Amino acid sequence: MLEILLAPILTGIVIALLAGPLGCFIVWRRLAYFGDALAHSALLGVAIGLILQVSTQLAILFSCVILAISLAQIKQHGELSSDTWLGVLSHGSLALSIIAISLAGAGRVDLYGYLFGDLLSASLVDVVLISACAVALGLYLWRCWDSLICICLNEDLARVEGIAVSRHKLLLMLAIAFITAMSMKLVGALLITALLIIPAASARSFAKSPGQMALIAMASALIALGIGMYASYQWDMPTGPAIVAAACMLFGLSKSSTIFKQAD
Amino acid sequence: MSDILLLEASGLSIYKQGRTLVDNASLRLEAGKVVSLIGPNGAGKTTLVRALMGLVEINEGYISASKGLQIGYMPQKLNLDASLPISVKGFLSLNQNSNREHFLHCAQISDVDCIFSRPMQSLSGGELQRVLLCRALLKKPQLLILDEPAQGLDVNGQAELYQLIAQLRDELNCGVLMVSHDLHFVMAATDEVICLNQHICCHGHPEKVSAHPEYLKLFGHNQASNVALYTHRHDHQHGVHGELIENCNHKH
Repeated sequence: MLEILLAPILTGIVIALLAGPLGCFIVWRRLAYFGDALAHSALLGVAIGLILQVSTQLAILFSCVILAISLAQIKQHGELSSDTWLGVLSHGSLALSIIAISLAGAGRVDLYGYLFGDLLSASLVDVVLISACAVALGLYLWRCWDSLICICLNEDLARVEGIAVSRHKLLLMLAIAFITAMSMKLVGALLITALLIIPAASARSFAKSPGQMALIAMASALIALGIGMYASYQWDMPTGPAIVAAACMLFGLSKSSTIFKQAD
Repeated sequence: MSDILLLEASGLSIYKQGRTLVDNASLRLEAGKVVSLIGPNGAGKTTLVRALMGLVEINEGYISASKGLQIGYMPQKLNLDASLPISVKGFLSLNQNSNREHFLHCAQISDVDCIFSRPMQSLSGGELQRVLLCRALLKKPQLLILDEPAQGLDVNGQAELYQLIAQLRDELNCGVLMVSHDLHFVMAATDEVICLNQHICCHGHPEKVSAHPEYLKLFGHNQASNVALYTHRHDHQHGVHGELIENCNHKH
């Protein structure tokens, strides 16, 4: 029993730990829509992988990275605002990928699994790959934390102070692309943004500094993971939605606790 | 002492999408001198200042800065999202490795040591300006660049801020470049005024500029008489602080 569950549990833990800080940046920089667009393009990656008959994992990662890079270019200029661009790309790729997956993978592919997660399909090889990426990302966030916060506050000021703003912004987008690609198995394309945003939102009420918020978000994501996986094991719920529902529950608790605090 | 050249720009032109934002502008910034950049909205003030800091691409002309020039920049505002929890002290300590003594000294000069533990979101306009000024000072700047430093401050707060800037200039012997559109205060706190409307209309000593025909054309006689009112008020500023405001209200 344990051998079957070991890889899914480890995958979940690594993703939850990364979702904390990255989710904070999504909330601070208002990138929720960007996260959605990435998740949908991950689905497009699945379709590409099917059609070209290459590894789905690699194809997902590839299409997320391409979208992140092209969005970084688009965001700067143009007549349409960035959220309009995101809307077009995001839902365009969702529609395209559903069509492609239904046509190319009819009968072979579990579309449901890609939309809502299929954690039990995680293998130990996945765990090793994900952990390696996570360590690199974690080190980057740790080392450049202050610079990243400066960029959130005022990009011009950050530039004058000698921070390589464009490079950091691109790296942050790539980091979010990576975690999106990695979380496909855990919660599926439709719920990835929720997994990133909700723990960070719950952490806001208790945090006094950006670092604290990231740590509390990590803890909250881990607890949601625990509750969700237990519920899924115990009552046979779909794992991804169970995790997100647990995260929402924690969010509700954190909000009501602040309301009580204010009432005192 | 005051002739140390910090930054020189010559013949700067900046175009964007077929529009001329800055046209053939030249200026010199020296240590110990306060230069004010004034002009109507859309005159290209902020673009010019951002170009001087290397944030905007220049189409013509050149900028030469003295070697290893430390610039302290005070932006107009921060993109403070309510979801980012950060205290004043937390903000000032970001990427900061200067020693504690210098840190506290800067906090004292800009009068922010009493609001260290407050969340950044709770600051008033004046407090935020002082925090931003403190952040600029922490870098031990040779050149302070302030973008609309008095924005959103009341008359009292403006007077205090400009006094503080003049005091800093004397204390650190740094050069100061500030962007502004409130004329009468700027005129008194400045060694040189540059009047910008895409091109540099006129520049020089405040008294001289305020009589310049180009300046009058740009701001109209109404504003110009405000300046005259100010020169009158200048005598009072050395007196009691509160009196100045009362006088001002009286005149209007």
